[in-house]
Amino acid sequence: MQVQIMFFGQLTDITGTPELILYDIPDTDTLQETLHQLYPALAQTKYAIAMNKKTIQGKSILSGDTTIALLPPFSGG
Amino acid sequence: MSKLAENERYQRQISLKELGENGQQKLKNSKVLVVGAGGLGCPALLYLAGAGIGHIGIVDFDLVSLSNLHRQVLFSVHDIGLSKSLRAGDILGKLNPDIEIEVFNQKLDNSNALEILAGFDIILDGTDNFASRYLINDACVLLNKTLVYGAISRFEGQLAVFNKASIRAEIPANYRDLFPLPPADNEVLNCEEAGVIGVLPGIIGTMMANETIKVITGIGEPLLNRLLTYNSLNNRFFEMDLVVMPETKSMIPANSDSFKAFNYHWFCNINSNFELNQDDFERIMNDQDIQIVDVREQGEKPLIDDFKHIHIPLSHLKEQIPDMDAQTIVLFCQSGKRSLSAAELLSKHYGQSRKIYSLKDGIAGWQKNK
Repeated sequence: MQVQIMFFGQLTDITGTPELILYDIPDTDTLQETLHQLYPALAQTKYAIAMNKKTIQGKSILSGDTTIALLPPFSGG
Repeated sequence: MSKLAENERYQRQISLKELGENGQQKLKNSKVLVVGAGGLGCPALLYLAGAGIGHIGIVDFDLVSLSNLHRQVLFSVHDIGLSKSLRAGDILGKLNPDIEIEVFNQKLDNSNALEILAGFDIILDGTDNFASRYLINDACVLLNKTLVYGAISRFEGQLAVFNKASIRAEIPANYRDLFPLPPADNEVLNCEEAGVIGVLPGIIGTMMANETIKVITGIGEPLLNRLLTYNSLNNRFFEMDLVVMPETKSMIPANSDSFKAFNYHWFCNINSNFELNQDDFERIMNDQDIQIVDVREQGEKPLIDDFKHIHIPLSHLKEQIPDMDAQTIVLFCQSGKRSLSAAELLSKHYGQSRKIYSLKDGIAGWQKNK
């Protein structure tokens, strides 16, 4: 099972990449833990999560190939 | 103005069969407020005025500066130092004298927002800070107004239409369904700090005008309960459905009184509002309904026995915030910095239900003062 993760906005400053692929992640909590281990600064940052192009809050189960988008808030105008 | 001349002005869009004379009449009858005559607001205003929105409001308190001109396309060097909203009003009046333009040369805040927004059908948020964005969102929810949202950061933009019910989305999503809480004030840079390419707000602001025209005339598929992001470097659009979150409603002030009492600057972490000076601390430290908390880590010195307090290290607060019954919570550390972080954490957890303070200059200041 493949999880494609897309980082938006200033989150790419932290990750250094706009995209990452991880395998066999059971749920979004585990995904966040894994990402926070890979990129500790991500844990201090607010972002919204969309799973398969739908925003989610709280823990969601990942089944099958999944696309995850991490979006930070933008304030500029 | 005669019907004939009016038709000539709008002829190219009236000839669109989806829009037609009926759509043009809807535009003429509509009232649209643009908050912020900046990078997003300028292009949006140009197209809204051009399209014949019958009544346009402009809110901005700022003055035009030279560094604005690469993206704030209404203005020229002759406008530097002048009011953005007043200049925008003049310029748009020359572009289209047949529409009414109402200028609010003032800062939108929770004392005037409900009154100003109430006179319009659709609100465009082109502001540049989170306090304004949460304030406008909450006001639109309270007043049941459609909010066209646009925001940018460096090379990327976000666009959505909030708070508009439809057949597809009976319960409309709002900004807090996407971002329930604002980021800490050091997390996100504004345009001044982060930089922005001038074309980007031009694109997103123009799309905001387009969404507005679609909503008013009922054509196409406006971004209801959807968020669109655009990356100007690789030309990628990414769209997602916004799911209405059950807990969002409770985060928005329930009525106009609580809206007016809600401190949006404080909520968006303008830190000085947490700070309690040493004299005020001495005055309230023996109050009945107060909990004083040392947030230093285990074993840090000096130990304090001058006043009653409990000890919860900041590292523990980051993991879990314990229940505290007291109405007033005062946090302290060595110098007043970590207690500020703790105050932010607690204020997000407790919202408006507690008064939360950080002792300015911390224990170092307390001992000096003694």
